[in-house]
Amino acid sequence: MEAVRLENVKFAYREGEGSYAVNGVTLSVEEGEFVAVLGRNGSGKSTLAKMINALLIPTEGRAIVFGLDTADEKNTFEIRKSAGMVFQNPDNQTVASIVEDDVAFGPENIGLPREEIGRRIGFALDAVGMSAFRSATPSRLSGGQKQRIAIAGVLAVLPKIMILDESTAMLDPKGRREVMDVVKKLNKERGMTVIFITHFMDEALEADRAVVMHRGETVMDGTPREIFSRSDELEMYGLALPRAAYISKKLAEGGMPVGGAFRAEDLAEEICASLQKA
Amino acid sequence: MLNDVIFGQYYPVRSFVHNMDPRAKILFVIAYIVAIFLADNFYALAAVTLFLIVAVLASRVPFGRVLRSVKMILFLIIFTAILNLFFYAGNELHVIWQWKFITLSWEAVINTVFLAFRLFLLVMGTSVLTLTTAPVPLTDGIESLLTPLKWIKFPVHELALIMSIALRFIPTLMDETNRIVAAQKARGANFETGGLIKRAKAVVPVLIPLLVSAFRRAEDLGDAMDARCYSGAKGRTKYKKLVFTWRDLVGALLLAALIAGVVLLNVYLGGKFAILDAFL
Ligand SMILES: Nc1ncnc2c1ncn2[C@@H]1O[C@H](COP(=O)(O)OP(=O)(O)OP(=O)(O)O)[C@@H](O)[C@H]1O
Ligand SMILES: [Mg+2]
Repeated sequence: MEAVRLENVKFAYREGEGSYAVNGVTLSVEEGEFVAVLGRNGSGKSTLAKMINALLIPTEGRAIVFGLDTADEKNTFEIRKSAGMVFQNPDNQTVASIVEDDVAFGPENIGLPREEIGRRIGFALDAVGMSAFRSATPSRLSGGQKQRIAIAGVLAVLPKIMILDESTAMLDPKGRREVMDVVKKLNKERGMTVIFITHFMDEALEADRAVVMHRGETVMDGTPREIFSRSDELEMYGLALPRAAYISKKLAEGGMPVGGAFRAEDLAEEICASLQKA
Repeated sequence: MLNDVIFGQYYPVRSFVHNMDPRAKILFVIAYIVAIFLADNFYALAAVTLFLIVAVLASRVPFGRVLRSVKMILFLIIFTAILNLFFYAGNELHVIWQWKFITLSWEAVINTVFLAFRLFLLVMGTSVLTLTTAPVPLTDGIESLLTPLKWIKFPVHELALIMSIALRFIPTLMDETNRIVAAQKARGANFETGGLIKRAKAVVPVLIPLLVSAFRRAEDLGDAMDARCYSGAKGRTKYKKLVFTWRDLVGALLLAALIAGVVLLNVYLGGKFAILDAFL
């Protein structure tokens, strides 16, 4: 089933003048897909993401989420229930001073009975591996832990789509790994549709599909491997290759018989293999 | 340590007092404050102190932790104490020392000790509330107690939500302040020396970035709340339901006993200056 359909959506923060933050994007995301969205600063990724859960309504075009048009105010609540969003700064999305109260916020808003909220908290914290912190104070947790709590807060509403807007940007490598692992698990085990906005190319490699935005338009769309093999084009849009892919490319240019590796492990294997041959 | 200012100082252990209903605790604190102000002699204050000690023991919060809250207003206590000590007015004073219009009398000493004692009990008692009640139940309690005001269209739910979010953001904004101060110091700002005006001016480059960031955070938080389906009080349920238990009954009985005791001690053992008659 189609989870998200954007039909030539445009969005201008200021009406009138012709500068669109998102300028005519057509995009379809299937249920269960893991899509990475890439693009330099100001390319319109966040604006696009906010149109998917009706935080922003397209100035032109239509955004359809599970068959519901975001422009219709009657749909807003349903859409937000099915499309959860995790933001960049974990500190700015926590509403309560205790983990379980924070996770309860979403379920409370949709009016669930108490017992069900309790179950949802248990489920959500378990899914992000934070059950032991149920009565902890978020401000004392690490960045990665805080962000996992934010994910749990979204999960507790049982959305079918999860949008993460640079949710790993403020984390150290360990925190990034934690968040990525949780998201991948949700995608694989629960069939959660994931839209993952990131500046880390290595993270994009873990997605099924990558979309590159540039000046409010989608300019590339394909598997991460396809995208990263078009490195000249990427450079034009202000993006770099994943580190391993870059090194691999340079080694190949220098005459080493490697190529096509995108991840550090693959590259290491290739180098070892080529060294053994020599 | 600044993080502990009054709020956000919840001490997470399980205890008799922690398990009391927040509404009951708020009412008890009010009753306790009434008892403090009713107390008119040292015996009555001693009764209040005894109650406080029982309450702290039942809360399983270390005494040192409760005392820390007094440290924060120690300056205020000392300041009012000094004013009181030298500017106590009254007739038929037992003067100890006099210089121009400044008089030190036994009455002033007693009055000052009494006042400081009261302030001390006041702060200790209220901090037992904030130490044993997490911000969410606390605001839930306030919300519940204010419910009658909904009747006159007072936005009780919104007020409670604002309070709990404010509480939640205190540590975050404290950290931010420290960061900005450090950043401005690195740029050569000086917060430690200079006159009042110079120091006040030094605060501006801290306040402005702090405000800017607070607004940014507010905007983000608004988005995050919307994204999590927030749409006001209607149709909203609560995860934590407040229920009165036998503990609250015990608390109510103890407080009733305290107030009765204070009144009796007042009546039978005279005012706070009565002990002067015994000595002088
Ligand atoms: N609240 C706003 N008001 C006005 N203009 C905005 C607002 N938010 C974003 N813009 C503008 O819209 C354009 C797209 O911004 P957007 O935040 O969607 O980009 P982004 O790809 O998410 O960038 P980043 O990687 O920095 O997060 C930018 O030119 C930006 O300046
Ligand atoms: Mg963005």
